[in-house]
Amino acid sequence: MILNMGPQHPSTHGVLRLILEIDGETVVRLMPDIGYLHTGIEKTCEAKFYQQVVPLTDRIDYLCPMTNNLCYALAVEKLLGLEIPPKAQWLRVMMNELTRINSHLVWLGTHAMDIGALTVFLYCFREREDVLRLFEAISGQRMMTSYFRIGGVALEPPLGFFDRVRDFANRFPSKIDEYENLLTGNPIWVMRTKGVARISAEDAIALGASGPTLRGSGVDFDLRRDMPYSSYEKFKFKVPVSQDGDVFARYICRVQELRESIAIVQQALDGMPEGPIKADAPKVVLPDREKMKTQMEAMIYHFKIITEGFAVPAGEVYQAVESPRGEMGYYVVSDGTAKPYRVHMRAACLANLQLLPKMCEGRLLADVVAAIGSIDIVLGEIDR
Amino acid sequence: MPLTPAITDLEALKEHPAVARLRGWNSAAVEGAKFDRDEMTIYIERSCIHDACVILRDDVSCPFNYLSDVTCVDWYPSQPRFEVVYQLLSIPNKERVRLKVRLSADSPVVESVTPVWPAANYFEREVFDLFGIRFTGHPYLRRIQMPEDWEGHPLRKDYPVEGYR
Repeated sequence: MILNMGPQHPSTHGVLRLILEIDGETVVRLMPDIGYLHTGIEKTCEAKFYQQVVPLTDRIDYLCPMTNNLCYALAVEKLLGLEIPPKAQWLRVMMNELTRINSHLVWLGTHAMDIGALTVFLYCFREREDVLRLFEAISGQRMMTSYFRIGGVALEPPLGFFDRVRDFANRFPSKIDEYENLLTGNPIWVMRTKGVARISAEDAIALGASGPTLRGSGVDFDLRRDMPYSSYEKFKFKVPVSQDGDVFARYICRVQELRESIAIVQQALDGMPEGPIKADAPKVVLPDREKMKTQMEAMIYHFKIITEGFAVPAGEVYQAVESPRGEMGYYVVSDGTAKPYRVHMRAACLANLQLLPKMCEGRLLADVVAAIGSIDIVLGEIDR
Repeated sequence: MPLTPAITDLEALKEHPAVARLRGWNSAAVEGAKFDRDEMTIYIERSCIHDACVILRDDVSCPFNYLSDVTCVDWYPSQPRFEVVYQLLSIPNKERVRLKVRLSADSPVVESVTPVWPAANYFEREVFDLFGIRFTGHPYLRRIQMPEDWEGHPLRKDYPVEGYR
């Protein structure tokens, strides 16, 4: 029998349609059908100035806006050859890890809810609210932050912000214990996840999996540690790896990542350098409001950047960062003008989704829901 | 990090392991190379891309076992019009290399690398959908993002940003 699961199905995390060929309760063939959220962001980018693309990048993956901002900003900075001051880099690392926590909390809540553990959802969203309040304090927005700009970050953190982050960082590890109390030893949870949707390391690499989906299969690779960017090499953290390759292994990886992320946030708070938050490049970075009131040059540069953008030397760059879902990559091609010639986003979810047929075929229909949750897909990123 | 000029001379880059490996296999396969902003780009002759990928994947000293991405750039109206871009990653060696194949506007056809890395499946479908590049040997070359009955390929440069109304 052919069965359509989705596009409007609560456990597909967006508008994913699965065409299932089933024999009784067993899945014989599974084929994902995507594209329902395609908005042509890559095409839109070609018609915008470089700095106008930043808000578009938030909207690709709405659960980790800052990771997208970071990846795009790093790519353009590499094209320009810009040097970013240390404080901006550390702020980026700190906010990027908070974004990872935010994204993983949504994943944990919805994944548990799919399998039937409704309580965890409420616990996760309680802490996610705290993270979103921090985002609002630093950028003015809860979700579409656009906080990282080309050449630095948008604003100086408000007074008392670091104390609030520290307060959260001190509280959060005990909350992770709470989630684990509810799930890790829970016999129903273990039965629904252990040995389900197994994928071997060879298959995961061949099919282009990345992030916790790859590490859950025993491949020890994390871009933050192995190909560091934005001074990640100065932070100490462990990369959780699990050998089993099933839903439970991916769950354990992500929960451990929550602990590592909060440790990175602590380190960023302790070692936050002093200094400017924007690169010294007046033709690229918008001047401070105060300077514009007193200095003619600042006014002129502001007017120029807003009306004409800034030219970027011709060339091409592929910049990859470790997003909560895996390898997020931006391929930016410049032809020397003020608008990008081509912007391509390498979506981690699109590659991870290719694992789904391999995970589910030959297994029970109910396991499909667990498998979808375990690869943590965001359809906005898949379809762009 | 101030910008340094790109190195585009193939002779100057022949020491690079991936270039050396490919030239040792078939010197006609490598059309050119570029080293710019710490990133290596190798231009591959169109008919060799599948075999070149196998060579790089199965290399013992530096296996590029992971395909990060496949995409395309449309250089309309200049010729050759399309550049199909492959981002390769070596997980054991933590190294990247970019392969490029140039395609002309009148026959945008290239051999699929899905048999080499199954990961290329969706990426190539996306390139086919949005650029109209045909990948021979692809197991299921159909539109992926746009509706099945869509006309045209939206990411081509001669396709208006607002679409046809």
